[in-house]
Amino acid sequence: MTSTTIAWESETVPIAGAALHVARAGTGAPLLVLGHDIGGLERPPFLDALARRFTVLVPSHPGYDKSERPDWMRSVRDVAVVYQWLLGEHELTRDHGPVSLVGLGFGGWIAAEMATMAPRAFRRLVLVGAMGIKPERGEIADQALLSYIDYVRRGFADQSAFDRIFGAEPPTSTLEQWDLNREMTFRIAWKPYMYNPTLPHLLGGVATPTLVVWGRDDRIVPLECGERYLKALTHARLEIVEGAGHFVEMEKPDELAGLVARFVTGA
Amino acid sequence: MHLMYFTEQPMSAYPEAEGRDFGATALMFSNRFFDPVAGSRLYNEYLEHYRIAEEVGFDGIMLNEHHNAPFCMQAKCNIFASILAATTKRVKLVLLGNPLPLADNPVRLAEELAMIDMVSRGRLVSGFVRGGGQEQLAAGVNPAYNRERFEEAHALIVKSWTQPGPFRWEGTHYQHRVVNPWAVPLQKPHPRVWIPGVLSKETIVWAAKKRYPYIALSTAIDATKKIWELYDQVAAETGYAGGPEYRGYLQRCHVAETEEKALANARQFMWMQGEFTGLAHPVWSSPSGYFSPSYRTAFVEYAVGRRSNPRGADFEDQLRDQQIVAGTPKTVIPKLRRLLEETRPSILGFWASDGFVSNADAKTCIRLLGQEVLPALRDIGKELGLWSPFEANAPVSLAFPEPARPADAVA
Repeated sequence: MTSTTIAWESETVPIAGAALHVARAGTGAPLLVLGHDIGGLERPPFLDALARRFTVLVPSHPGYDKSERPDWMRSVRDVAVVYQWLLGEHELTRDHGPVSLVGLGFGGWIAAEMATMAPRAFRRLVLVGAMGIKPERGEIADQALLSYIDYVRRGFADQSAFDRIFGAEPPTSTLEQWDLNREMTFRIAWKPYMYNPTLPHLLGGVATPTLVVWGRDDRIVPLECGERYLKALTHARLEIVEGAGHFVEMEKPDELAGLVARFVTGA
Repeated sequence: MHLMYFTEQPMSAYPEAEGRDFGATALMFSNRFFDPVAGSRLYNEYLEHYRIAEEVGFDGIMLNEHHNAPFCMQAKCNIFASILAATTKRVKLVLLGNPLPLADNPVRLAEELAMIDMVSRGRLVSGFVRGGGQEQLAAGVNPAYNRERFEEAHALIVKSWTQPGPFRWEGTHYQHRVVNPWAVPLQKPHPRVWIPGVLSKETIVWAAKKRYPYIALSTAIDATKKIWELYDQVAAETGYAGGPEYRGYLQRCHVAETEEKALANARQFMWMQGEFTGLAHPVWSSPSGYFSPSYRTAFVEYAVGRRSNPRGADFEDQLRDQQIVAGTPKTVIPKLRRLLEETRPSILGFWASDGFVSNADAKTCIRLLGQEVLPALRDIGKELGLWSPFEANAPVSLAFPEPARPADAVA
């Protein structure tokens, strides 16, 4: 990967009565990247790496980070519809052909819901440590029972990576952002927590080729959920990233960006 | 004055070392440490204490509930209220209160409360609370909608008490095809509603806007005065004058035959505070969305140990601030006079014993309060003009501006 600085632009798009913040960079085939429940980083290397090959669109989820909270919103499926609305109106989708979806963790769940709504609309689908499906044996780690720091640390295989990215003792401003985002997560995914019991039944219709990626040491969403995604989807394969936890894009940014790029370009 | 007896119903009979090892005694502290033999004994002791409280002259018995924690073994205040409705004759049954957001069916609560009101022949005072943070988790109820659920459940209950059914309820958090509970309260327009609280300004403002008395739960005198400043200001904006009949206070107060014994037993209030604040889990007690956004910074810092609990003052400080009062009847009366003079409540709850205070000492405390302290406070109350909502014939609420009376007395 080169070290050229990527220029990110941002725009605010009114969707369903709330201002949605969308960051954008790069040129080429369009990727919609949907991030984690903890919210986004300003300039993650993973996104820079993707922006060198694609046009990358990264919204802050409604009610998270810089996006306004839609008080009416009640489910992750609502978020998925908001993004369908965004894509339906965005010039990017009119001018550049079918979009590929990359969903990280919670964003993976949103992406999976979007794919069920429009089984042939997307070019490629990449789900990384995706929530959304109930594990049969283990549990999805419940942030309602974990402190802000403990929850995020749990998503790392290597704690020094957490220290490097957030600081060993993240500042209060970061915790406040995590709390705000956690509140929105509770508003839309409180019960059942972090899965939709009807999703596995609907994934069978998805015709989009899908890459399911899991960090070997994901302690937030168990690997068996990846296997269940694989079973439910007709056109999917699984890649496991060694030495990564739930936040694969933070621990192995180049490796994940490479996997996404190869899969999306069909190489 | 309206003088009430209160106990948290502590479940002190559990292995304390286990709680300290675990680091918390709420929510996830295993109930394998609950001893039902001790539980059975304690429930029956508490029932006896309530009976004695009525016998020695208290005006009311204040009940509450908490979940998944030894500091309070009463998991449903309507159950004790039901028992007391049948086994007491005179005292008001003051529920402070039912945690509304935890209810998925508020109509069921309205029915239960109506039954308690009828069985007790119109002695119910029905307070409502939001429930503690960790109780949202214990009940699986979304903390982010806590206040919305509180307000909507309240509106539904009051409507089901005051408007003949059947009607339909299509709310944000509650939908009911048919609201038509057969049981309705004996008291008209409806039982009095009092609102207890300690932290949230929003609750004080809400209570004042509804013209419901607010019961300050063991706040320090200066903090209590600030509560009344805010309440009175909102009352004035709402179009009525605040005053003693809208003010309640829950006082930790233990009395014994000697000063030494009273002080030793009063230290047991720290047992409860150790449970409640010291051994509460900061993440579980403040789930995201439960507190107002204005407290966000404070609570995230508390959750990761960067800020100590605001309620964690030590014993000597609490004695000095009179959050805890202890002594013989003779020495506590002047202290309580100071409380009444400075904060002017007409409703006063006595949180009399806690933790490991023996059954004998708890009963002695109730008797001494009833025989020696309450008569003195009634005189002081008269002198200071602290008329309770009952004495002042205060209206039930802004929406129902008349006093509550049993339907047979109305006719």
